[in-house]
Amino acid sequence: MASLAPTFGRGAMTNHWVDIKNANLILIMGGNAAEAHPCGFKWVTEAKAHNKAKLIVADPRFTRSAAVADYYVPVRAGTDIAFLGGVINYLLTHDKIQHEYVKAYTDVSFIVRADYTFKDGVFSGYNEAKRSYDKSTWMYELGADGYVKTDPTLKNPRCVFNLMKAHYSRYTPELVSSITGTPKEQFLKVCEMMAETAAPDRTMTIMYALGWTQHSVGSQMIRTAAMVQLLLGNIGMVGGGMNALRGHSNIQGLTDLGLMSELLTGYLTLPDEKETDYKAYIEKRVQKPLRPGQMSYWQNYHKFHVSLMKAWYGNAAHKDNNWAYDYLPKLDKMHDMLQVFEDMHQGKINGYFCQGFNPLAATPCKVKVGRALAKLKYLVTIDPLATETAAFWQNHGEYNDVDPAKIQTEVFRLPSTCFAEENGALVNSGRWLQWHWKAADPPGEAKSDLEIMAGIFLKLRALYQKEGGAFPGPILNLTWKYAIPSAPSPEEVAREINGKALEDLVDPKDKTKVVRKAGEQLDGFGQLTDDGKTSCGCWIYTGCWTEKGNMMARRDNSDPSGLGNTTGWAFSWPANRRIQYNRASCDPSGKPWDPNRKLIEWNGTQWVGADVPDIKLDAAPADGMNPFIMNSEGVARFFTVNKMGDGPFPEHYEPFESPLDVNPLHPKNPKAKNSPAARVFKDDLDQFGDAQEFPYVATTYRLTEHFHFWTKHTRLSAILQPEQFVEIGEDLAKMKNIKSGDRVRVRSIRGFIKAVAVVTKRIRTLDVYGKKVYTVGIPIHWGFQGVAKNGFIANTLTPFVGDANTQTPEFKAFLVTIDKL
Amino acid sequence: MGSVTRRQFLQFSAVSAAGLGASSLGVLGFSPNQVLAEVRQYKLERTTETRNTCPYCSVACGLLMYSLGDKAKNAPAEIIHIEGDPDHPVNRGTLCPKGAGLLDFVHSPNRLKYPEYRAPGSDKFVRISWDEAFDRIARLMKDDRDKNFIAKNADGATVNRWLSTGFLAASASSNETGYLTHKVVRNLGILAFDNQARF
Amino acid sequence: MALQSLDITRRSATTTPSPGVRETQKVAKLIDISKCIGCKACQVACMEWNDLRDEIGTNHGVYDNPLDLTDKSWTVMRFSEVEVEKGKLEWLIRKDGCMHCADPGCLKACPAPGAIVQYSNGIVDFHEENCIGCGYCITGCPFNIPRISKKDSKAYKCTLCSDRVSVGMEPACVKTCPTGALVFGSKEDMIQHAEERIVDLKSRGYKNAGLYDPPGVGGTHVMYVLQHADQPQIYNDLPKDPQISLLVELWKGILKPIMSLGLGLAALTGFLHYVTVGPKETEDD
Repeated sequence: MASLAPTFGRGAMTNHWVDIKNANLILIMGGNAAEAHPCGFKWVTEAKAHNKAKLIVADPRFTRSAAVADYYVPVRAGTDIAFLGGVINYLLTHDKIQHEYVKAYTDVSFIVRADYTFKDGVFSGYNEAKRSYDKSTWMYELGADGYVKTDPTLKNPRCVFNLMKAHYSRYTPELVSSITGTPKEQFLKVCEMMAETAAPDRTMTIMYALGWTQHSVGSQMIRTAAMVQLLLGNIGMVGGGMNALRGHSNIQGLTDLGLMSELLTGYLTLPDEKETDYKAYIEKRVQKPLRPGQMSYWQNYHKFHVSLMKAWYGNAAHKDNNWAYDYLPKLDKMHDMLQVFEDMHQGKINGYFCQGFNPLAATPCKVKVGRALAKLKYLVTIDPLATETAAFWQNHGEYNDVDPAKIQTEVFRLPSTCFAEENGALVNSGRWLQWHWKAADPPGEAKSDLEIMAGIFLKLRALYQKEGGAFPGPILNLTWKYAIPSAPSPEEVAREINGKALEDLVDPKDKTKVVRKAGEQLDGFGQLTDDGKTSCGCWIYTGCWTEKGNMMARRDNSDPSGLGNTTGWAFSWPANRRIQYNRASCDPSGKPWDPNRKLIEWNGTQWVGADVPDIKLDAAPADGMNPFIMNSEGVARFFTVNKMGDGPFPEHYEPFESPLDVNPLHPKNPKAKNSPAARVFKDDLDQFGDAQEFPYVATTYRLTEHFHFWTKHTRLSAILQPEQFVEIGEDLAKMKNIKSGDRVRVRSIRGFIKAVAVVTKRIRTLDVYGKKVYTVGIPIHWGFQGVAKNGFIANTLTPFVGDANTQTPEFKAFLVTIDKL
Repeated sequence: MGSVTRRQFLQFSAVSAAGLGASSLGVLGFSPNQVLAEVRQYKLERTTETRNTCPYCSVACGLLMYSLGDKAKNAPAEIIHIEGDPDHPVNRGTLCPKGAGLLDFVHSPNRLKYPEYRAPGSDKFVRISWDEAFDRIARLMKDDRDKNFIAKNADGATVNRWLSTGFLAASASSNETGYLTHKVVRNLGILAFDNQARF
Repeated sequence: MALQSLDITRRSATTTPSPGVRETQKVAKLIDISKCIGCKACQVACMEWNDLRDEIGTNHGVYDNPLDLTDKSWTVMRFSEVEVEKGKLEWLIRKDGCMHCADPGCLKACPAPGAIVQYSNGIVDFHEENCIGCGYCITGCPFNIPRISKKDSKAYKCTLCSDRVSVGMEPACVKTCPTGALVFGSKEDMIQHAEERIVDLKSRGYKNAGLYDPPGVGGTHVMYVLQHADQPQIYNDLPKDPQISLLVELWKGILKPIMSLGLGLAALTGFLHYVTVGPKETEDD
């Protein structure tokens, strides 16, 4: 999500599942929706059947998505930026862009500082020792009025448009084909199909998932695609968008709720340890408009922050203590999962909790993770199922070859409920908060996660009350006003998340009018205040449980516009809006680009339509408030200024384990072979395999029959795919004398797995930069717990390297070798 | 005659030519009453229907879960069947192979039933009570936090963080679980906090 | 009124006519292979609804699993990688299972009274309580569908969810199908739906797209939309022109009247002995 927010302002799927039916063209790349999201993929088949849409699939493998595609192109794992950068070059050189959209709604005319440079594959400000950039030069030129300088004629060589054009002019079809292995004419065919959607009444939707995220340049792959969509004018449009298909049922919810090292709820961010001054901390986040007349919604940051602190600490958070600023831990560095396992491996971590997460199976380099867990003093797992992580100390032969006697970790395995045994809300990819209901009691003594968290917290609080201890304030003052303290109900918690008035709220325009009385639930985040009169657990969700009740439980599926915009079904953040940036579905004067797919329009006095407008309701088009209201520029960014860690424009870098010796874009600069700012730990640098010993490109993925490491516990799923396998193409099989059904060993520098070989025409040999590249496909679903046949943890093979923005590991492109057993 | 076994049939058909004859059993006076057949009874007739959301991917398909019993006091509900919710705008009643098999997830033999504890160096889990589990976990946490809590960094700035214990949350748990977990974890000062959102 | 919820038009080894004045809607399941993503949701829904659990097997070097139909897997996906046009790979995935023939070879071949019935809506259903496990239905089936259980020696196959259809619902596999590759309705509607699909496929360059509703078995109540209807055999050996085996036809068409004329051979004597004297008791049964 750290790529859509820097581009558009919010980090989430721009459209929603049903809207895909409105597309004219669908690109599935960096994902495999038919297999990983079959019921969402239905809307692709609907678009094809009822909207004459075409489907393009670009993937190293001919997947089950490709099986129903109109056009499939192979692409080498890890080279998507080269491919999409080539598309940008094609669109610009053939002038196939939605001119009016691009000029009005993007930053093309913005002038960039003169000291921003890009040389030999490296952006200005690089610090090699720290493997990171000083991003101060990646910025616009500002005028004396504080606004960005622009050149609407696009003649200035330093304007974003010309910098972008120059940057991607290197991505010629010949070079693209050489890097990606996609035959040139097939690549050009895809370009032509996409270019047709530059017409204002044609849209392409892009569906992607972990196939883009899980690279050392994953965020930038997504960025490149987002740029293509902006050039074509496909953002904010019905049937358009950048549709991030998230992997888990509530991964969107947990991201929104900020369960990450550096976040608070609703994309508020934790202070860094240098931010000792509260006022400065807030001011940095309250973003003033960078262009005249723009909404710049983060101007309201303080209201959201104060309301959160009131929700957590009640009266203990007040103006005089800067709303309990000291209660918030201050960051010294990122503590993402890779960092934590690195620290754990170094013996710096004593205790670890895994709540519904199975890191031994899900994290790269299983051996390192297993060793790290063995250094813990205590490990607590909370899960409905028996996970490999909870059993990391058990010997399971070659699947988990450890000696329990030598592992001193205390392990608690706590049973939790599953979905069927609890009430609550999950947020889908399309940002819908949907309530679900309990149907049965859990087995045995299993408890809900709410009860388990309450149980641990209340014991801990009692200990602090009795014994005192380190900094007890936040523990003793945490609000816990649940009817049954040991079992907070999902309904109580949902109401807390929505937020309420702590005192009577009056209309700022008419002080005699009380908008909400003290104690009442709030209707929307517009009612939040920064004076302590409101509390709110997660501002973007405000409106989900109002005085009218639980809006997430709404079940009106009527679709008056016929566009699949069921605004009476559940609740969609923000503000029940279904298609983000929908102001951009209209031209600058407020008329829909495509009158046949009318989502909203300006009726002369306000914005109205089938969706909740993503703009101030009375913002007249003539006043020039632009559609990307979260960005202080008001427009979408091709040039992301300082928002990305590895460059304001995406650049192709090779995966950390690449079959090539150089980056073909920068053959003379070894420093630009891999992403210069990607996350690599010192000890892991020598854990990369080279192409001499490990000549084949491997990529890991899900199969449609299984879900991660859960369904191997499910008999019905195990029947469909009972046993671990790997897939290889016919050429490699011939070379290695492997036949379908043979057992093989796949080895990377970090370890090996054994599996059955599936030899297939669906994995092609690619011609890449003068050599043949063979791909080995590795489904991930097996382990040593479950009803399916035991297997090896696929992440035994994967490298410990992360994206520069998200720290997401590079599961999708690494090197292996394969042999018949 | 209602019980001609396969063996008996083979016995007498063995002496007949090419296994024929059988087709004429009806001619010889079989009463259709004996062979009338009813389709299998519709098994959901009086079950209780509960709406839910599939816990797997982010499509969030609507589910109908059918449980035995009518919620009467003496009949604890047991889920016997799960299928798609036809009213749901996204899945419209459909479910993928994983979702269609959710019944076996709910009833997986690997569902955990009791809190368990594995002592240092031990090769097995032993069952413990929730109280024991919470007591011991809280004690371990407090000892570690009190010992390793960092109130100020080297520059003397207030940082109030606890780095020696970490927490991984689940992106398949509900918003309410996620929120309450965040609330508890963050206010202890934990920074080593993550979920599958990066994945 | 009949006792059963679906009207029976034919039953195996029984010539007494069934009540026939009611005219019920003929139903059909349409399998659009051009929309099928081979996800196997239909396999799961089938097992789940029918309370079946097949064995957890092994990987055979292909995606197909279970590898073949069994007494517990009444439908399986069959995957074929073919290049109909040189250089253009197609992954054709066919859901295999009972076709519910209008002229069912299994029913014709079955010697056990009432073990196989055909309802007036077109569903061909097995009633295992009457099945004697002889396996003739397999011989009679031009699609090689029924399977004999090792556990109870009875033949099993897809019922087209007659229990669901009888209360007005669609079969479990159809309901679950994520992409709408499976649809269910009146046979007439299904043919019309198929025609629309064929127009779409032709517009996408599949000039031989067509409907598979083979006349050799009187048409079927499970039909396919094929991208290459001229070559059904590339879909994992879907028969081009399925016919009921000659032996079964002979038996039904010629031998039965002969038998009825009292020209039966040893079988008849054996059988008369059986019905007049009674079964010969055997201890090992």
